[in-house]
Amino acid sequence: MGFLDIQNVTKSYGQVEVLHQVDIAVEEGEFLVLVGPSGCGKSTLLNMIAGLETITSGEISIKGRVMNGVHPSKRNIAMVFQSYALYPNMSVAQNITFGMEMHNVPKEDQQTALQDVAKLLQIENLLDRKPGQLSGGQRQRVAMGRALVRDPDVFLFDEPLSNLDAKLRVDMRTEIKKLHEKLKTTIVYVTHDQIEAMTLSTRIAVMYQGYVQQLGTPKEIYDSPANVYVATFMGSPAMNVVPAKIAMQDGTPHALVKIHDGSEQMLRLEQNNLSEWDGKDILLGIRPESITDPDGADRNSSNIVSLTNRIGVTEPAGADTYVTMELGGKEIIARMRADANVQSGDIFQFAVNMEKAVAFDPATEMRIKP
Amino acid sequence: MAVAEQDTAIRTGTGTRIFIYGILLVFALFYLLPLFVMVANSLKPLAEITGGNMMALPESWTIEPWKQAWSSAQIGVEPTGLKPYFLNSILMVVPAVAISTILGALNGYVLTKWTFKGDTIIFGLLLFSCFIPFQIVLIPMASVLGKLGLAGSIPGLVLVHVVYGIGFSTLYFRNYYAVFPTELVRAAMIDGAGFFRIFWRIMLPVSGPITVVCVIWQFTNIWNDFLFGASFGGQSQPMTVALNNLVQSSTGVKEYNVHFAGAILAALPTLLVYIVAGRYFVRGLMAGSVKG
Amino acid sequence: MTASSSTADFRTRLQEWLPKIVLSPSVAAMFVFVYGFIIYTIYLSFTGSKMLPSHDWVGVGNYVKLWGLRAWWTAIINLGIFATLYIVICTVIGLSLAILLDQKIRGEGMLRPIYLYPMALSFIVTGTAWKWIMDPGIGLENTMHLWGWESFEFGWIKDRNLAIYTVVIAAVWQTSGFVMSMFLAGLRGIDNEILKAAQIDGASNWNLYRRIVIPLLRPAFLSAFVILAHLAVKSYDLIIALTGGGPGRATELPATFMYSYTFTRNSMGIGAASAVIMLMTIAAIMTPYLYAELKEKK
Repeated sequence: MGFLDIQNVTKSYGQVEVLHQVDIAVEEGEFLVLVGPSGCGKSTLLNMIAGLETITSGEISIKGRVMNGVHPSKRNIAMVFQSYALYPNMSVAQNITFGMEMHNVPKEDQQTALQDVAKLLQIENLLDRKPGQLSGGQRQRVAMGRALVRDPDVFLFDEPLSNLDAKLRVDMRTEIKKLHEKLKTTIVYVTHDQIEAMTLSTRIAVMYQGYVQQLGTPKEIYDSPANVYVATFMGSPAMNVVPAKIAMQDGTPHALVKIHDGSEQMLRLEQNNLSEWDGKDILLGIRPESITDPDGADRNSSNIVSLTNRIGVTEPAGADTYVTMELGGKEIIARMRADANVQSGDIFQFAVNMEKAVAFDPATEMRIKP
Repeated sequence: MAVAEQDTAIRTGTGTRIFIYGILLVFALFYLLPLFVMVANSLKPLAEITGGNMMALPESWTIEPWKQAWSSAQIGVEPTGLKPYFLNSILMVVPAVAISTILGALNGYVLTKWTFKGDTIIFGLLLFSCFIPFQIVLIPMASVLGKLGLAGSIPGLVLVHVVYGIGFSTLYFRNYYAVFPTELVRAAMIDGAGFFRIFWRIMLPVSGPITVVCVIWQFTNIWNDFLFGASFGGQSQPMTVALNNLVQSSTGVKEYNVHFAGAILAALPTLLVYIVAGRYFVRGLMAGSVKG
Repeated sequence: MTASSSTADFRTRLQEWLPKIVLSPSVAAMFVFVYGFIIYTIYLSFTGSKMLPSHDWVGVGNYVKLWGLRAWWTAIINLGIFATLYIVICTVIGLSLAILLDQKIRGEGMLRPIYLYPMALSFIVTGTAWKWIMDPGIGLENTMHLWGWESFEFGWIKDRNLAIYTVVIAAVWQTSGFVMSMFLAGLRGIDNEILKAAQIDGASNWNLYRRIVIPLLRPAFLSAFVILAHLAVKSYDLIIALTGGGPGRATELPATFMYSYTFTRNSMGIGAASAVIMLMTIAAIMTPYLYAELKEKK
């Protein structure tokens, strides 16, 4: 039993079930990120943890206390909203102490807590300002301050960085991570940004169409995606998923894939149980960084396979150069070193790290487990 | 270069512009004419109107018509002037505006921030009630006011105006609160504030502009109402009804100058509001016309 | 411990009910005073009520009688003339003034309030002012004669066939500035880049308005129509103040008809029937509009 337990939770609006049988146990001090596209149910789940939406069936408990039907203010949670939700008519200080005021915390204690939090977030000089006079980053800090000051059991973050510009978003991300490492509080964090999910979390729940598609550490999610959806959602550029056929050669399974001219190349697979799929179609998943120029190939890999193919377009992106090509009838992306000598239209010999390749059942789109 | 900097795409020549200003001025005169006629003739002795030119300024200025209209003109059968009726209107308008605005604010708050199944239907019904022809409720209203013992009284008129004013005041506050971020209400809930506390501490402090709009709208509408006042006013008729009685009285000489002075007296409160807070008046009109 | 948790429950449950409790007086008032009364009036329109409500059922008798009354037909025809002219003229003046005011006019801040102030007045005040201005004895006709235009005649208000047009004049005076405001708001809401694009495409000012701007003002036209139509059907005060329904009964509208039949002629059943017809007219105009607006919001 976890610190925050979500058991068999569903949510319906009328006849429409928008969240199906969610089961997540969050340990104390964990940083759980709910990630998925808009409409996947992640915010609904967060609001249900907060008590802002009712639970249709199932149970949510915090520290062993069942929270169904308990008023949001009585759950000992704090929430940071996407729009920050700062009270426009109150000063920063009043915004932060409002919750304590509602809970009849003595004035002196309010001030002590306020000063502590202001110091922690370096907003001491903003306390007398109104939210309208703050920049986006400052508002973000105040919103976090309002949450921190309550010393809650669980922090809930609802896309807190999505209203910031790109640079500030990266800075605040680092700060949230630092804050979590320092305070060791339990956090549930909703985002649609898979990079945020990867960098911040100790565990990720990838959600889609009201289902938790996969729950695991960032590494598990990235390296062993449970299905095609998770594989393509996490990672940027997305994982290449191409149709292939299994064929046996020298007693090991190989993937047969079509290249630009329609001819087939064989890529040796690591995963031995794929021999059961001999002669059958699969979906082969290869991340862009696993297809490189030969010099850029991972030296620690035990299975680098060469693939000759025609280069589509090249996209130099500073640190890397992305190259497109046609594989299995689809356009895929490969990630070269920045100074790799590639020209569009060239026939080029790529190095593919097949150790990292994954295979999916084309019928169910689920991963064929090793 | 100058053209490129101009932020309206339309360009017009000098001739066209003179023409445009001409038309605009003619219409300004058209709108101002009745006001001019009312003011000028309310300051003339009666003989100057009946024997002179209505469009001319007074030759001998007098405020006698104003005095008469205010305190001694014959209204119905009593020579009381409009004063007691002005008072009636004030006594009717103030509580009716206050109550309908408060209810509208609470309703708007509930309908946007505490939504429930069927709230749109409730709002739709309220909205439709703003536009019904009041003839449809006159007959039952008369008997209900009679049964409540409120017929012909100020409280009766207050009740009528509150009941039929709620629709608009709810509309204003609902539309205003609809764009007010719900996340703020949720944040306050998590902070431990209850229904009324959120309203008082979070919603009301930012409701200034819409409250002004609503108060002005209700004030103008209720002050200017004639139908309810004429139907249910009884001994407590409001200003508009009294003015009509003054103007329509068929006995004696028609004292046009007194009529005009009375008309201005009846128009004065709403005109003052318009001059002082015209911006809000326009916003109210717009919000009332672009609904939903 | 149990006690405190059950009070917490009570507070939470109270919080859930409070919104509905707060809303309920208004909803109750609406159901009684608006919809209850509407149903009651509809019921009365099927009874033979005279001076007081009675319960003898006469079916559609009142409606049959109503449509057989010359006075009712006069009111309906008057409403047709009045509403058509009122809506058309207000829209034309409102749109024209809005377009002209939108040409970067110096003094716009002065003109707009002048155009709009009549809207703040009571129809009784408007009626009083125009009643005497259009009075041939002391008003405009007299003035023109004094200024030397001896043959000028403007006695519409005393003319059975023309008096209804004086109502149009006064009503247009009161409302057209408001319509101007609606169109001006619509014009100001149009993206300037669209206009610039059209100019680069070579559209003349005339074509710009005809092909781009006016079609984009469709919502403002719709709002103006709905507001004006519903005001026209409800017109009562202005008739009372301006013509009193006369000369004779030449300027009666359904609203004045309803009032006089119900309260002075003791034919409450017929009065109720006429009110029901007024309501249905307005419902036919407003319901689709309100429905569309509400659906859009959802």
